[in-house]
Amino acid sequence: MASFTPTIPAPRRTTSRGNRADLPPVVGGGDGGRPDPGAPDYGARLRRARLGLVIALTPIMMLFVAFTSAYIVRQGLPTFDPRTNTVVHDWIPVPLPTLLFLINTCVLLLSSVTIECARRQLARQVALEPVQSIPGVSLATEGKFPWLAVTIVLGLCFLSGQWLAWSDLAARGFYVATGPSSSFVYLLTGAHAVHLFGGILALLVAGAAVVFNRPLASRRIVVDVTAWYWHFMALLWIYILALLEFAH
Amino acid sequence: MATHEFAAREPHAHAAPQGFIRKYVFSLDHKIIGLQYYFLALAAVFVGMFLSLLMRIHLIWPTAVLPFLGEIKPETYLSLVTMHGTIMVFFVLTTAPQGGFGNYFLPIQIGAPDMAFPVLNMLSFWVTFLAFLTLIASFFVIGGAPLHGWTGYPPLSALRSSGPGEGLGADLWITSIAVFCIGALLGSLNFITTTLDMRARGMTLMRMPLTCWAWFCTAIIGLLAFGVLLSAGILLLMDRNLGTSFYLPLGTINGQLTGHKGGSPLLWQHLFWFFGHPEVYIAILPAMGVCSHLLSVGSRKPVFSYKTIVLAMLSIVVLGFGVWGHHMFVSGMSPYSGYAFSVPTMAITVPSAVLSFAWLATLWRGNIRFTTPSLFGIGFVSLFVAGGVSGPFLAQPALDIQLHDTYFVIGHFHLIMAVAAIFGIFAATYHWFPKMFGRRMSESLGRWHFFITLIGTYAIFVPMHYLGIAGHPRRYSQLTEVDYLRDLFPVQKFITYAAFVTIAGQLIFLFNMFWSMFRGKKASDNPWEATTLEWTTATPPPHDNFAGHTPVVHNGPYEYSVPGAPDDYVMQTDPATVAGH
Repeated sequence: MASFTPTIPAPRRTTSRGNRADLPPVVGGGDGGRPDPGAPDYGARLRRARLGLVIALTPIMMLFVAFTSAYIVRQGLPTFDPRTNTVVHDWIPVPLPTLLFLINTCVLLLSSVTIECARRQLARQVALEPVQSIPGVSLATEGKFPWLAVTIVLGLCFLSGQWLAWSDLAARGFYVATGPSSSFVYLLTGAHAVHLFGGILALLVAGAAVVFNRPLASRRIVVDVTAWYWHFMALLWIYILALLEFAH
Repeated sequence: MATHEFAAREPHAHAAPQGFIRKYVFSLDHKIIGLQYYFLALAAVFVGMFLSLLMRIHLIWPTAVLPFLGEIKPETYLSLVTMHGTIMVFFVLTTAPQGGFGNYFLPIQIGAPDMAFPVLNMLSFWVTFLAFLTLIASFFVIGGAPLHGWTGYPPLSALRSSGPGEGLGADLWITSIAVFCIGALLGSLNFITTTLDMRARGMTLMRMPLTCWAWFCTAIIGLLAFGVLLSAGILLLMDRNLGTSFYLPLGTINGQLTGHKGGSPLLWQHLFWFFGHPEVYIAILPAMGVCSHLLSVGSRKPVFSYKTIVLAMLSIVVLGFGVWGHHMFVSGMSPYSGYAFSVPTMAITVPSAVLSFAWLATLWRGNIRFTTPSLFGIGFVSLFVAGGVSGPFLAQPALDIQLHDTYFVIGHFHLIMAVAAIFGIFAATYHWFPKMFGRRMSESLGRWHFFITLIGTYAIFVPMHYLGIAGHPRRYSQLTEVDYLRDLFPVQKFITYAAFVTIAGQLIFLFNMFWSMFRGKKASDNPWEATTLEWTTATPPPHDNFAGHTPVVHNGPYEYSVPGAPDDYVMQTDPATVAGH
């Protein structure tokens, strides 16, 4: 006799044990859900480059964290003089060229603004590129100002300003090896300048991409990532300046 | 047989290169770069081993005149110690497991066509290669190689006049380390981005093979640690060349003032060991990952508690950054800070023990196939436990003050970090050789190699613990002139003979490897019947790893002895489900 008991279908068992998930998620892995197989996927590359930049900023931060901890430790460290058998404190604060540093800070912050303009200008250009290829559509006034070149010039101005600051320190007799505090001033500002110079090189690469007629989207990735790096350099400079001004 | 499901994929970011130079020298292909790292490490390990051989010969026959090298002077002995340590730690233990196998197999195991940034990947290898050449160059400059030990403590390392190797040789050493840092940082950046952003569809983080987890954890450690070593190296270079006094206190050499004042040698020790202790985990974590992976393959069982192993590795990453002071118990730092560093050091034994138990539980009642990779995996567990039990002794400041400058420390870290990591490298080599070169390595030669190396290693390093407890100081170059060491001399002699045999045993490996590369038995695509993605593709893998496709992942990485499955394993890409069991 037929049974009226409803048949409850048993859930299908998968062989997976540890991480039971019946269907692979569509998005979650890196290659998931790409829209247009066949074309180079600039969206994914931009996302990847930004992620890479965030990761790359970590060791730069660690470098300056290490310098800072050395700075603070060295500052508080009394040193033993075996000639006189006394503990002496040899930290002589360096009189900083504060006005010059403030001007440099303004130049750097201004360059941060201009590079942000360059970044947005390029993002707009990339977005409008498909529209521009439609016959009869022209976007004549869109984005001609050379923000990138202005940023490079401002970056070089900042570096020259730092050079002036170092000459100013040297003119007043504070060299790298004069005392522990002057060593740290040169170390921190120098390490920052080297990193900023790396940013200028990246911008030059982006500029060269125009000459070599590289795809706009690929140039945009370089400028985008460098812009974020540049903002980080501006923040880092403010941190260094605050450290030198308030903990000298 | 398992069927594999693939998804269509965009074309590979760079086309397969044709010319020899683009294909094998300045290659962007992660597989070639992985092999370049591997062979760099192979060359380095033989240089480092040769230096240790010279050290052992000198300890037993201090006046022996060696062919080409002449008599080894005490300062040359210190150079040998320095260069052996530096080469082994940086260019073998950091380079082979992460740069070599990580580069080759991380993208394949997560189903990616390449690393996230192929150009940076190529740069990171060539920067590392440049660092190696710089280091080796220090042998050939005036004064020879530096003698400040691989830890480079100032004032010895910061003053040119402190020894014959401390001139240009030491400058080259520091430059090499700084350059190596940059290469390692580029590598870490690539590993983390690749793991987070390049996984194939269905490859969730908790479906990654444990090897990938280990490479990921190692990259995080490297990212945080190498920047600090770089900063320490920059300060040291400034002290040496610009006259600053970061590390150098006021002092005299041969009655003359050095011109430096006020610096702190302890500052270097803190910065160095903030890198140096995590570096130990950089060396051992990939071996842990490989071991977890291979023991599961070899014992035909799912790895015991995948999640616990991942958690243990992550907690090692975190705890590893809080224990650096235990290298400095004898530096004169405050006993309170000694205690503060002792507690996390004891705590880090917990995840290590959890891992050891997980490996034993993976083996427990498994249907173990005693292939060479399984043997080396088991050997790794043995060495890790044997070297690990002496760790808690050294973690006690009171005991460490007695044992620190003795052979006990040498025995301890060689077992747990050096040789254990080398066993991880060997296991990985035997396991992945068929995939990399398309041929099998000889199993019988592999077994000979395993037993000689295992027994030889214990014969070398276990007596060192005994020497250390007996108070035998390390770094002494002449043992025959010291009265109270005379009774211990036979033990030193035994160690040297054991080293001869063990080093000879490595020639078996070298022969096996190069012979099998050209004459070995042809390997099938999946000779170990393993489940992970690298065994779904051709042998050796094509330029973009999966020939224009991306695998789709349905299962965890350790589906062995699955009830009801047609084979005793289910591939990660196998969409077939098995009804009931």
